[in-house]
Amino acid sequence: MNEGLFYSLADALVGAIQETEVLLLSISAERSDFVRFNHARVRQAGRVEQATLSIELVRGKRHAAANITLCGDPKQDRQRSITALRLLRDQLPSLPEDPHLLYSTDVQSTTQLGEDHLPEAADAIDEIISVADGVDLVGIWASGEIAKGFANSLGQRNWFSTYNFHLDWSLYHQADKASKNSYAGTEWDRADLEARMGQARTELEILARPPHTIPPGAYRAYLAPAALLEIVELLSWGGFGLKAHRSKVSPLMRAVDGTAGFDERIFLDEHAAAGLSPSFNSKGFIKPDRVQLIKEGRFESALVSARSAKEYDVPTNGASASESPNSLEMAPGSLAQDQLLDELSTGLWINNLWYLNYSDRPACRMTGMTRFATMWVENGEVVAPLNVMRFDDSAYRILGEGLIGLTRERELLLSASTYGQRSTGSARLPGVLVEDFRLTL
Amino acid sequence: MFENVAAHFRHERPNVDFCSLRVARERSQDLTVRQGVLQPVGNVDDFGAMVVVHHQGGLGYGATADLSRSGIRRAIAMAQTWAERTAAISVTNFSAIAMPHPRGVYETPIVQSWDRQSLTDKIALLQSLATRLKTDARIVDWEASLWWTDQESLYLTSDGGEVEQIQHILVPHLEVAANADGDTVVRSLGGRAYARQAGLEFVDEADLTAKAEQITEEALALLSAPNCPEMTGHLLLAPDQMMLQIHESIGHPLELDRILGDERNYAGTSFVTLDMFGEYRYGSELLNVSYDPTIPQQLASYAFDDDGVPASKEYIIRAGILERPLGSIVSQHRAKMDGVANARANGWNRPSIDRMANLNVEPGDKSFDELVGQVERGVYMAANRSWSIDDSRNKFQFGCEYGRLIEDGELKGVVRKPNYRGISATFWRNLVGVGRPDTFEVLGTPFCGKGEPNQVIRVGHASPACLFADVEVFGGA
Repeated sequence: MNEGLFYSLADALVGAIQETEVLLLSISAERSDFVRFNHARVRQAGRVEQATLSIELVRGKRHAAANITLCGDPKQDRQRSITALRLLRDQLPSLPEDPHLLYSTDVQSTTQLGEDHLPEAADAIDEIISVADGVDLVGIWASGEIAKGFANSLGQRNWFSTYNFHLDWSLYHQADKASKNSYAGTEWDRADLEARMGQARTELEILARPPHTIPPGAYRAYLAPAALLEIVELLSWGGFGLKAHRSKVSPLMRAVDGTAGFDERIFLDEHAAAGLSPSFNSKGFIKPDRVQLIKEGRFESALVSARSAKEYDVPTNGASASESPNSLEMAPGSLAQDQLLDELSTGLWINNLWYLNYSDRPACRMTGMTRFATMWVENGEVVAPLNVMRFDDSAYRILGEGLIGLTRERELLLSASTYGQRSTGSARLPGVLVEDFRLTL
Repeated sequence: MFENVAAHFRHERPNVDFCSLRVARERSQDLTVRQGVLQPVGNVDDFGAMVVVHHQGGLGYGATADLSRSGIRRAIAMAQTWAERTAAISVTNFSAIAMPHPRGVYETPIVQSWDRQSLTDKIALLQSLATRLKTDARIVDWEASLWWTDQESLYLTSDGGEVEQIQHILVPHLEVAANADGDTVVRSLGGRAYARQAGLEFVDEADLTAKAEQITEEALALLSAPNCPEMTGHLLLAPDQMMLQIHESIGHPLELDRILGDERNYAGTSFVTLDMFGEYRYGSELLNVSYDPTIPQQLASYAFDDDGVPASKEYIIRAGILERPLGSIVSQHRAKMDGVANARANGWNRPSIDRMANLNVEPGDKSFDELVGQVERGVYMAANRSWSIDDSRNKFQFGCEYGRLIEDGELKGVVRKPNYRGISATFWRNLVGVGRPDTFEVLGTPFCGKGEPNQVIRVGHASPACLFADVEVFGGA
């Protein structure tokens, strides 16, 4: 699917609506090569070509929407879309008026076209297998074009496309001890992969040491950016959306009502301008460059979808219906990366956390596991890999009274999610050094 | 639509070791009334085809929504190209797998199809249920929903296999949030645990009106309840928490592709190893676990899996001993052991992998009162609220919506934010009581995530109430 085909389809559908109707169209399409690895061999390899069109028909305060799959043939797609449109028109009289319906009437058209500099996926796979010679590589390669578009009957047209690859991988020593890595971009560079693989091989040497086991308790810990990402992703599950705030189910309710907060060095933004996702949403609103979520440790503002804007009578800030962030950015601190081991002195170096959930959601108390390569450090020296441990601690404490500092350097972490479609989400985060990180099992 | 695709596939059948085509269509509608307002209605009509080729030892796939003859030809070419290109670097010789060429049909038996009731009537039902949820000013959020899905698939193979299957799925849901003194509790139908293959008759069977009143009363009771105490004692789990316990600490660790390492970069590995099957004591002698695709109303019942293997009930754990893994035909070939028919894909655009499908704990012989009567001091917990487990599926911590103390063989007061933690390898060995069939409930979840590329799939879990000894339980902050 390209911009021209989508706009042509949009023109045909706009031509099929009646005078009192408004039409909102969104498309999400991709052509992806997926290759799974296990033991540095290929488990499954294939290509997926898909395009989903969302059609929303509005008449007054009534509206109905449908998602249909497009086949790529313009004539067939036009016929199927017009049939879907007619079904929605038939459905409208059965639906009550929606007091919370809101869509953009301010026409803002945008275009963001990606350029294709990708390698042939099969050639890249050969190189990956070659570079992983002698090690236990497991993971997935995903590459190809991602395209998203919006059009409405008011004349707005938006298009976004990108061509990228994402190799999300681990090198395993044995059992659950591994070095977790990622290599993503728009232009393939074997030397870059070799450098990353070399670093992972070095880490394997440490993972080969006899693992260390510690009893539950409170420990000084360094959480690398990928570990911190797991915490902010859990917070993002209802934490920053206005609907969750107003219905009092947000894990950050106590921050919202001012009875709890984080350390004043915590700044967290939805920074759309620095992200890799389209700037428009399915209601035609354009995201602001930045929304400050947490400022100086205090709740600053919520992500507001079009629906919540109408329901709670506040302006929308272009958030999706789920009101979850897509381009999170946390401000850096002052800890230098090369001083971290000394700053940690004795404790846990946690590269990755896993499977977080809430022990007590209103208190923002969460639990989760260490995963892949978590190291035991003594007197500033990495001693041994640590067997997996469970933490159970409040985010207000971890990033509040327990926070020793944030790193000066930050990492851009690209989402490897492929649920339904390849994600364009990202986060730019520092690492954090924490006192008394609470381990329970 | 399917007839044309079948003809195209027959015409374009490639000269390879094995080729299959799975064309799938999924139509759904999601109706939710929240706080008296109908939320945007979601209508979905998704279709497409997945071609899989085994050739020269390699495996490749091609997925397309272009169901024309040229579209199917292109998908076959994509699959064949990937199979040939990776033949020399594959994890196994896929051409050596004797793939079946089955013939058959399956359709969920239902009484009342989704279309038999008007959209207006369904919305009115939800409005009525939502009204019953808002009984008190402390109820701050409430919603009632019905999520219907019809999933049709046609599976064809290069040597004449042809299987057509239709599943009708209905997921009713109710949820309330109650707030007082700065704290919020949520009570629901166990997330979306009341998920079944069923028609609209399930709305009556589930007795949603009574459940609406029950969860609202329980939410209000939780508001004034004390925290769950911190202690080590007996834990009695209702079926809507057993579902999660089975899923996370039996289902996932026994998936053979995890044991073979495929999922180590994402969903995780397993504490179970190949040498454990046939002799490892997974649980006490009371533990009997089956893979059962034969319960008609259960979420993942079918006649054939997505690799065309006929599905039949198999014991996974019998009298506590681990018997066989949840491994599909490809994994069975790689591991050289028997498994079950559990190759499943969540749609036309994803390849099949090992999934747990329906995984059930078989009923025992204790009434609910007898299970309670076994307990001197413990906690009863229902409806999963929180789930977390390590990537080997061993160290877990789960939380529930609702709890009650058990003292001297009797159910006592309500407790808030009940949680418990344990280790799979020892937890099931402390199973000391299994409920009889009248405590057995057929439940499931529409949201099991796994695989690279990622897939969310529906799985069924049926279980009686079960009693465990020596479990560490605790409450909120």
